[in-house]
Amino acid sequence: MNKTGHYGIYGGRYVAETLMPALTELTAAYEKCKKDPAFIKEFETYLQDYIGRKSPLYLASRLTEHCGGAQIYLKREDLNHTGAHKVNNTLGQALLAKYMGKKRLIAETGAGMHGVATATVAALFGFECEVFMGSEDIRRQAPNVQRMYALGAKVTAVDSGTATLKDAMNEALRNWITTVEETFYVIGTVAGPHPYPEMVKDFQSVIGTEAREQILEKCGRLPDEVIACVGGGSNAMGIFAGFEKDEQVKLIGVEAGGDGIDTPFHAASITGGQVGVLHGCKTYLLQDNDGQIHPTHSISAGLDYPGVGPEHAWFNDMKRAVYTVIDDKEAVEAFHILSRLEGIIPALESSHAIAEAMRRAPKMSPAEIIVVNLSGRGDKDMQSVVEYENEVNK
Amino acid sequence: MSRIEKCFERCAAENRKALVMYVTAGCPDLQTTEQLINGITAAGADIIELGVPFSDPMADGPTIQVSSQKALDAGTELKDILAMGGRIRTKTEAPMILFSYYNVILAYGTERLAAECAALGIDGWLIVDVPLEERDELLPIMHQHNLSLIPLIAPTTPPERAAKIVEDASGFVYYITVKGVTGARTSFKEDPAKKLATLRKLSPVPVVAGFGISTPEMAAETAKNADGIVVGSALVKLTLQDKSPEQIIKESIEFVSNLARALIK
Repeated sequence: MNKTGHYGIYGGRYVAETLMPALTELTAAYEKCKKDPAFIKEFETYLQDYIGRKSPLYLASRLTEHCGGAQIYLKREDLNHTGAHKVNNTLGQALLAKYMGKKRLIAETGAGMHGVATATVAALFGFECEVFMGSEDIRRQAPNVQRMYALGAKVTAVDSGTATLKDAMNEALRNWITTVEETFYVIGTVAGPHPYPEMVKDFQSVIGTEAREQILEKCGRLPDEVIACVGGGSNAMGIFAGFEKDEQVKLIGVEAGGDGIDTPFHAASITGGQVGVLHGCKTYLLQDNDGQIHPTHSISAGLDYPGVGPEHAWFNDMKRAVYTVIDDKEAVEAFHILSRLEGIIPALESSHAIAEAMRRAPKMSPAEIIVVNLSGRGDKDMQSVVEYENEVNK
Repeated sequence: MSRIEKCFERCAAENRKALVMYVTAGCPDLQTTEQLINGITAAGADIIELGVPFSDPMADGPTIQVSSQKALDAGTELKDILAMGGRIRTKTEAPMILFSYYNVILAYGTERLAAECAALGIDGWLIVDVPLEERDELLPIMHQHNLSLIPLIAPTTPPERAAKIVEDASGFVYYITVKGVTGARTSFKEDPAKKLATLRKLSPVPVVAGFGISTPEMAAETAKNADGIVVGSALVKLTLQDKSPEQIIKESIEFVSNLARALIK
């Protein structure tokens, strides 16, 4: 990344002028805080004592046996406080907001995990909090909406467009434009305008740093492959960050194939998209020939987004990572298999990464190692799985 | 002299401020938009901002969101908007500016769009999500085709930054009167007068003020401190009514005539 937040042709700060001074202020504050020992210490203390880090790296031996190939290790981000990796980032951004003297946090959310994680840290530090969520997502992720209310956040339903994550982000940006001076916008993924992709990666890089240490400790060597699901791509970038300089480690991002990559109903921006600009950055987008953003589909609300973090776009072009696709059916199968073999109910988002590991492991030798980022737990997804199966069984 | 320069010169000579009108192209359909623009330019609109609809207009309030979606649902495409611009150019010398989001421009191809705009008599672009930091990828193409890239200045823009933004501006500069998204308002929370005065001293080109202006009274008041004013959502609202195209055009012309009268000093 260069100083202006570009990753090759990707990234940048494509926002309305009203927000530019806020981004400049944020960049300066972040540059200062990330070198400030007091800030770093406070962040690390909360990671340990509040979130419960480090998260375990777990050898899924029954899943490994089932696949009959490479050893599969799970990085257990589902065991974090609030049940997903999202809180690593919201904690960092909330601390930054505190250092900047802001009074109010806003966030967009898809599956609701980022919304819950933002509401959580807002409660922790005493911020006012408003979360924007597509009305379709509010319907399919009801338990998370209740959690946000319990944490004292206001949840604002967004009905415009497709009423999902991208529309929630539009509305959060509109709210930020209107309240920019007192509000800190907590973006949940490695997308958005600079410095968000860099900052979110930094806060999430704890996943990869820990995973690298843990696998070296357990196995005495680096893994052959690291696999993570990619919507915007924060959990993937977080775990990739630990291994990106280890060129022998293959990094694999798994996009949401929805009904199938050859149908219009998927959310695989890198695999099926073209370069464009949305929500502040240049990246791969699902769009038509006129640059209108396509409605996306995935059973997983957290992956249901038409763009992807700009650094993933760059990693793809530079061939530092490969991006594959798992469809709804394969993800639901993986959801069940992991639940029944390991007693771990994975989030539907993470189920995409599990499914990819299950596809690859049998073709590898038992001496080889795969690390999967199990980015969140699946309690929130029971309703989606039941609905999906009712539909399939019709 | 460019069409925009001539326009402001004529306004000055006639002792009035410029009236810039935003129209969402294709709402309710392109045929109505074309007749509406021909009607309002005859009725006193000096400059037309041709809103090119985008699926995700994140700096726009509900009115322009709805009008954009309506235009897209009606099948409006940029190529048809350009062709309409060409036909309008045969009837009026009013400058026309494409107003949109960057993704729409990128998808069409910046080079191709610039060349076609120049050939059709469209005078410039205003791209909401291309700030100072990213405009270098566009400016050379704009210069090559003698098009203006209209910069935006917000109430949050510090003076040093405003100076950099307007330094080599061509056409005019657009001052956003409110911290917020587009949409008709009945009054301003903060009086834009002081910031407008500072900006006019800095800017080598005329400064127009927009966002939220909905009545002739607000237009007249804001115009005191600017070279022109922009009205968008209040006009777009008229085009969203469930009425016949004839009635929509008639009401739009009346609305614009009243605004134009309010801008005579």
